[in-house]
Amino acid sequence: MSAILKSSLARKVVMALSGLFLVFFLGQHFVINLTSVIAPDTFNSWSHFMGYNPIVQYALQPVLIAGVIIHFVMGFILELQNRAARGSVRYASYKGSANASWISRNMIITGLVILAFIGLHMYDFWAHEMSYKYIDVKPEDPTRYYAETVHKFEPFWRVVLYVISFVLLALHLLHGFASSFQTMGMNNKYSSAIKIFTKVYAILIPAGFIFIALWHHFNQIQH
Amino acid sequence: MKLNLKIWRQEDAKSKGKMVNYSLDGVEGDMSFLEMLDILNEQLINKNEEPVVFDHDCREGICGSCSLMINGEPHGPDRMITTCQLHMRKFNDGDTIVIEPFRAKAFPVIKDLMVDRSSFDRIQQAGAYVSVNTSGNTQDANSIPINKEDADDAFYAAACIGCGACVAACKNASAMLFTSAKVSQYALLPQGQVEATERVENMVRQMDLEGFGNCTNTGACEIECPKGISLENIARMNREYYSASVKG
Repeated sequence: MSAILKSSLARKVVMALSGLFLVFFLGQHFVINLTSVIAPDTFNSWSHFMGYNPIVQYALQPVLIAGVIIHFVMGFILELQNRAARGSVRYASYKGSANASWISRNMIITGLVILAFIGLHMYDFWAHEMSYKYIDVKPEDPTRYYAETVHKFEPFWRVVLYVISFVLLALHLLHGFASSFQTMGMNNKYSSAIKIFTKVYAILIPAGFIFIALWHHFNQIQH
Repeated sequence: MKLNLKIWRQEDAKSKGKMVNYSLDGVEGDMSFLEMLDILNEQLINKNEEPVVFDHDCREGICGSCSLMINGEPHGPDRMITTCQLHMRKFNDGDTIVIEPFRAKAFPVIKDLMVDRSSFDRIQQAGAYVSVNTSGNTQDANSIPINKEDADDAFYAAACIGCGACVAACKNASAMLFTSAKVSQYALLPQGQVEATERVENMVRQMDLEGFGNCTNTGACEIECPKGISLENIARMNREYYSASVKG
């Protein structure tokens, strides 16, 4: 661990690999969420599988939590080191927009908003699941997930927070996804294809999450 | 043209500096930025004031001595040039120009606009060389066939003049573009293979020891580099480093 913290390139790899892992997770999360729109029964059965399968619960879930923690803790460490590297006197005039995008320069801001959203998300779903399974020790109910999830999208404020968070997630991914390939040393004839793919992914997946949230919100208002 | 200059003045490395305003008249568009500063200094000297200290040497864009953060950009608003190649025609009558030293913990200010960039020298000393047999039987370099594309890429990397604009532009004050250019110019050539593992490890270690920041791939360095050093070099340095790490 000390070698990772000492070498700037090792720190970059940790950020890139944990980021790529989270990007992959986001994709599979989206696929499951999408079933809540097109096939609620499938959403229930997949959610139940994720909630009770021992491999998912005791192997994949800890890896996911570790991935999130490593990504944001390393992000903070890098931010602090990078600020210190400028020295004690800052520029009186610094035109960051002349040579780099706002997105690439403000990953810490978009990242903090996403982290806050993950906090809310954990409170909404993970804490609820832990309470259901281990504190209240309620029986397994493979049909409860759809109604519980849809109910979360009823309050307007929650949908607004959801939309803002996913817009910022899209911005975070627009820089981070392609950037992780550069960090891993991939800058070659495939780079333009990677950049296009990451842009499409970074926009479509968050847009899909937003669509699902709006779909459930407006369907509940109508009924 | 008449300009308002806001220039960082700092007595020495230990003093606390401040921005000082100067008004300069009679600036011609054909003057280089450094000639404009020369005129200011002549006026200051004639008034028995301390001239503004700034780095310069060849004044033709090849030595890497001149620096300066001009209106928030290293080497000013133009692209692919050093400060000595920046012409005053890029500015307008009545403009305010903010002139600061390159800012980085690893580039401490010596005086006014002059900074100590010896951290770059130490990174190069850590590995940017090839050991050549100079005992009288040195092999002719041309006797080793080298792929044209590799030779070109090595040459483009070697075009880095070590001015430090990459560090100055980077929001993290990272020196990865510089270090990667120096790694690449050897990594691409057969002569550089013998010391490849130690080179990248030692240079990256020295870069970190100097207190430069971490690269976050904003690409600012590539845009501001007067020699157009590409981000491809950073990816290459990363590959070299990972490969060296695996080899141990």
